[in-house]
Amino acid sequence: MKCKEILEKLSEYIDGELDPRLCQELERHMEDCHPCLVFVNTLKKTITLYKYASSEPLPKEIHLRLHDFLKKECRDH
Amino acid sequence: MIELSDHFLIEKIRAGDFGFFEALVNRYEGKVYRLALRMLRNQQDAEDALQETFLQVHRGLKDYEGRSSFSTWLFRVATNVCLMKIRHRGTEPANLLPLEDYLPRHQEGAHPSIQDWTDRPEEALLSKESKEKMLEALGKLPADFRAVFVLRDMEGLSNAEAGEALGISVAAVKSRLHRARLTLRGMLSDYFEKREPRRAPG
Repeated sequence: MKCKEILEKLSEYIDGELDPRLCQELERHMEDCHPCLVFVNTLKKTITLYKYASSEPLPKEIHLRLHDFLKKECRDH
Repeated sequence: MIELSDHFLIEKIRAGDFGFFEALVNRYEGKVYRLALRMLRNQQDAEDALQETFLQVHRGLKDYEGRSSFSTWLFRVATNVCLMKIRHRGTEPANLLPLEDYLPRHQEGAHPSIQDWTDRPEEALLSKESKEKMLEALGKLPADFRAVFVLRDMEGLSNAEAGEALGISVAAVKSRLHRARLTLRGMLSDYFEKREPRRAPG
């Protein structure tokens, strides 16, 4: 498998959607190709960093303003 | 306590019970706000989008047929509100780089030099500055690519759910997601490669 073909299949590979035979070919390629291995690692890590990016809980004032707004807009119509 | 299903709440809301609408909003407001903040990148716009979304939900509930799950339908409304806001801003991110800049140029037999920054300690990868860089990178994606990435990789929707939320095919979801991921990887790698890993105090 050539590096360029690997590139196209990477998201499917990471998401577990790739045909097992192609998975094997891809993994065999990565054993011998350090740059591709690093590329895949950094791609996986990128996704993980975003996936577990902490998020703020909804600030209380925004919650209160939202409900006031909806009461006004929705109830009297 | 048994949690009432979305379906149950919706039936009650259609019957005119506003209290159940407030319960439905409580259930999803955090998620919608988080999506809006990630798409729009400032609190004021995110709050506007949050209000607009639930207003549209209230008005649209009579047309919601239950073909997709309520949360998918809600994400569809929220994402459209955000995309409209981005378009009305008139200014997409100032430095919108062509995606091709971040796709590695692979020539036969040659590799661009590449650093493995994944083994750096978590504190370095998740520092305040790194997190800001991550959000900045996300903001540099064109809106349609940003939306797919946020829905799939941050909010955890499936390919099918993201497709429904965005009104595009699963194939389009997968293709945009892949390009978004490669672009973000490229931007983060540029950033991490330029920073020296911190040396342990000697």
